Amino acid sequence: MEQLINDFSPGLFAMQTIIMLVLIFLMVKFAWKPIMNSIEDREKGIKDALDAAENARKEMQNLQADNDKLLKEARAEREAMLKEAREIKEKMISDAKEQAQVEGDKMIKQAQAAIESEKKAAMADIKSQVATLSVDIAEKVIKEELANKDKQLKLVENMLGDIKLN
Amino acid sequence: MKKKLGILGLFVALLTTFNSNANSDKEHVKDHGGEVDTKEEVTEYILHHIKDAHDFHLFSYTADNGERKHIGFPLPVIVWSSKGLVTFMSSKFHHDDSGQHIVNAGGTNFVKLHSKIYELEDGVTELQFDAEHHPTNAHKVLDLSITKSVFGILVVALLMLLWFGGLAKQYKNKQIPTGFGRILEPLVIYVRDEIAKPNIGEGKYRQFTGYLLTVFFFIWISNLLGLTPFGFNITGQIAVTAALAIITLVIYTFKGNKDYYMHMLWMSDAPWWIRPILAVIELAGAFLIKPFSLLVRLFANISAGHIVVMSLIGILITMKSEMTIVGSGLLSFALSFFITLIELLVAFLQAYIFTMLSALFIGMAVAEHDHHHEHDDHGNELPDAEDVRADFI
Repeated sequence: MEQLINDFSPGLFAMQTIIMLVLIFLMVKFAWKPIMNSIEDREKGIKDALDAAENARKEMQNLQADNDKLLKEARAEREAMLKEAREIKEKMISDAKEQAQVEGDKMIKQAQAAIESEKKAAMADIKSQVATLSVDIAEKVIKEELANKDKQLKLVENMLGDIKLN
Repeated sequence: MKKKLGILGLFVALLTTFNSNANSDKEHVKDHGGEVDTKEEVTEYILHHIKDAHDFHLFSYTADNGERKHIGFPLPVIVWSSKGLVTFMSSKFHHDDSGQHIVNAGGTNFVKLHSKIYELEDGVTELQFDAEHHPTNAHKVLDLSITKSVFGILVVALLMLLWFGGLAKQYKNKQIPTGFGRILEPLVIYVRDEIAKPNIGEGKYRQFTGYLLTVFFFIWISNLLGLTPFGFNITGQIAVTAALAIITLVIYTFKGNKDYYMHMLWMSDAPWWIRPILAVIELAGAFLIKPFSLLVRLFANISAGHIVVMSLIGILITMKSEMTIVGSGLLSFALSFFITLIELLVAFLQAYIFTMLSALFIGMAVAEHDHHHEHDDHGNELPDAEDVRADFI
């Protein structure tokens, strides 16, 4: 310990303290401050750049998602349109079928009505003809009667039996 | 390249200057720069080396005509004597370290004894010693000389200003330094991120990085300079480490906050009757133990390193008779080579430890203890990183 104290040089202590204080002052002013500021600026720059890259990546992702969404929507819309078209087609076909049916029915009915009325007309005609014929027959019978009454009558009977209403 | 040649030329010129001043005074040769050939001389040489010196002495040799030549250069002696400030060159002592050669300067007489300068009392013509070899008719003076250590300190300071000033200048033109600056920059970042930030805390480290960086690189470069054959022993001088430790002490004493002093003087979570006892212990810790641990650790490690390296080199001489010069030379080379590798590590380690502990002491003094805490569901305070750190230190 005595040796240690004896080795302690107050002069060296003073010189070291003074030089160290001056050195700290000079180093802070000319070295550490500019170095630290530059390093921190650079680190901040790097951090900003990384953040910007991250943001750009996220934005890209968003864009991609948007694109995907749009594509999906477009696809869905196309699908819907196709479906609608198909429905319209089917509806048109079924409508047409229905209308044709209706029209056909109507025509059949008309035809039936026409046939009925023709039939009626024909019947009427036949009836009038039958009447005429009957009258004619009667006339002939009457004329014949004058010759053969029994024969005439038999004839009338036969004729009437032959003619059937159809 | 031209600049480097110029510096080398200056250095050679200085060396030759000293050579022409070389002392041939045979009666003093033994004391300093004499031949080293026995165990006692090796021991003395080592003990002489770890002390500060007043001249820059590289080596000595005996010329063909038997004259002892010393290679190195003198350094200015600046002392505060009873006659005021006196300056003269150390060559005036003619390498005498035994207090025999009297230098008359500034109207008074000086002698140099074991690397210390004494001023002789008025009218004394020869130094006298008491039984313990202490001078009786001379007194110590305040020695502000540019000693070998001060010279080394100035060299380190100059190197730091050149290197880091250069690094700072590089940033004006580019973001990433080139050349030597590329080596220095990660070291600066290392000190900031591994020493300053974790020990002082994120918010407060900035104002102390200047000191921590300066002290780290100063100690490291000084330690490395001590491993060169120039024979500096800057950080092995207790005055140097004491100055550094006291600067740390001053910083944490003046930057300490209320919490720090409250904790030191009146520890609130201890029983009241223990508090004064704790205060005494804490005061001793803050003002004696902490700086003392800083200064002794660095001083002892570096001194021990120098003594070990030089002792192992000394094997060359002490084992010469047993192993022949080749054998002792090989042994001494192998041992000192590996111990020098370890010393390279120690040079960094001691700089790191000194800076780390300084940062730790500063961190303890400026730590915030009652900051805002997160609360859990039951209203209890949740400890955060700052508390963990506070508990740890």
